[in-house]
Amino acid sequence: MTDRVPVAPSLPGGQAQALLAGYDRALAARRGRSLTALGVVLGCALLSAWAAEVRPGDLAANLYRFTSYIGRITPTLTWANLFGDLAEWYWNVGLWTRLLVETLLIAYVGTLVGGAIAVCLCFTASGNLGEIAWARFAVRRVLEFLRTVPEVVFALLFVIAFGLGPMAGVIAIALHTAGALGKLFFEIVENIDMKPVEGVRSSGGSWLHAVRFAALPQVAAGFASYALLRFEINVRGASVMGFVGAGGIGQELISAIRQFYYPDVSAILLMIIATVFVIDIADERIRHRLAAVESPK
Amino acid sequence: MKGPVPSVRADAVADMARLMAAYPAGFGNRRRAAGLLLLAAAVGLFTGFAMWRLDFSLARILSGLGRLADFSLMMFPPSAGGRFWIYLQSLGETVAIAFLGTLSAALLAFPFSFLAAKNVIPNVFVHFGARRVLDVIRGVDTLIWALLWVSVVGLGPFAGLLAIACSDFGALGKLFSEAIETADRRPVDGVASSGGSRMQQVRFGVLPQVLPVIGGQCLYYFESNTRSATIIGIVGAGGIGVHLAEQIRVLNLQDVSFLVLMILAAVTVIDVVSTRLRTALVGRRAAPLG
Repeated sequence: MTDRVPVAPSLPGGQAQALLAGYDRALAARRGRSLTALGVVLGCALLSAWAAEVRPGDLAANLYRFTSYIGRITPTLTWANLFGDLAEWYWNVGLWTRLLVETLLIAYVGTLVGGAIAVCLCFTASGNLGEIAWARFAVRRVLEFLRTVPEVVFALLFVIAFGLGPMAGVIAIALHTAGALGKLFFEIVENIDMKPVEGVRSSGGSWLHAVRFAALPQVAAGFASYALLRFEINVRGASVMGFVGAGGIGQELISAIRQFYYPDVSAILLMIIATVFVIDIADERIRHRLAAVESPK
Repeated sequence: MKGPVPSVRADAVADMARLMAAYPAGFGNRRRAAGLLLLAAAVGLFTGFAMWRLDFSLARILSGLGRLADFSLMMFPPSAGGRFWIYLQSLGETVAIAFLGTLSAALLAFPFSFLAAKNVIPNVFVHFGARRVLDVIRGVDTLIWALLWVSVVGLGPFAGLLAIACSDFGALGKLFSEAIETADRRPVDGVASSGGSRMQQVRFGVLPQVLPVIGGQCLYYFESNTRSATIIGIVGAGGIGVHLAEQIRVLNLQDVSFLVLMILAAVTVIDVVSTRLRTALVGRRAAPLG
């Protein structure tokens, strides 16, 4: 209230009053809107809490279990016998490394194949280059479907169709990636400068020529950047493919968790986190350089 | 279109040698092409190696495709087999898990993200440490979090909620702190120059800029969490995924296609609503990367 004092005396009586009243009204309207939004969110939260069977008492009563879980998965490491303890903690490091490499390869092939499918489909799905309306509609629906069905669900089905093993995981990740990248890709294509396309078409180039020589040079850096980002996401996704028998380090992790081999859980988790970490940093470096390639156009 | 135009191209093609000599820059350069070729060869070789390592075999792919074709035939017509209300209830549970998970993740990540923002906490160790904490949490997949929480609070949607909240805490914390770091400095300077304290600088200088962005990101994550909440049921953490995994395992594929259609419908509805709300909050802007 004190901040109004300097305003009031400088204006003749009635005007200051009117201004202040208007200010209060505007403020009250904003507060009202915020409070309504807050009320709606709170109502939804309570409804969801009821539907999701949230029992705060349970959490409070069981929270000690989470901390004790962390305590149990922490390996015993002593200075006196550090290397011995480390060797015991990572007793199965050979197999884990092999499975981790398998996980990375699943993510790599999945991203590559999915990205290739996405590149093939995105021009047809885009609003500016996709010239056949029904094809555009159909491709978009297919991409939506691939994007919405999570890769683990695909993997569950493919494990039955193709047999247990990493191949099912690769195909599952490739399909989901095609859906996710396809959408991002056609949005990039919709934002390109159309003048080069018109140039190619008007000098007699076919649709494919226009895509190859006019659209692709504009979008390649963006495509690569999104594909790299997706690779990082897919490494994380591939790390759980083993949960349903589709290869990678997940199968060791789930058996360690289910059979209560506590130190193994932390050992495998740490390997996954370190790998994702390194890929995250490398990814960011490359994407910065790609952004530098992209910007001078 | 068809008149003189092709002849321009025909002339150009006939005159190629002279054109190439006259405009070398227009025809790309040999070294770059060679480099690209080499890169493509390396990628191809590595992919071949990876496929060999991952036991790819044409025979298995073909027989698998045959089986998939059978499966797709078995999916029609989609039918709930009399369990519609049970499915609908679990779908509600899934949406509830996603909503509450996103909400609690956002509430926890919001204060934490200020610690991870360079311009709010100038101390290198604090914001670097906070960043790394977020990275570690983000590095663990939602499904792994679900498995861990199931062994803490038992089977059920509550474990799923905690799993979504945990993995989103990492993702949202990172996005929020980036939003805070890119906030305009000038309002903060303005508050500081008129005698505002550090807290007031954040409250009146930074918050009004970042709140709409953060709101938009939360909505986007709510939508993407509805998708991920469908899978945490596979490890027993509640939601529609419990039924989905079960029906796939017993090859009850009519139910599977029905469940997938239900999920598609729910995600579409949430997509439309959240896009509306997001547009109202931040205006037309590209969605943040998920």
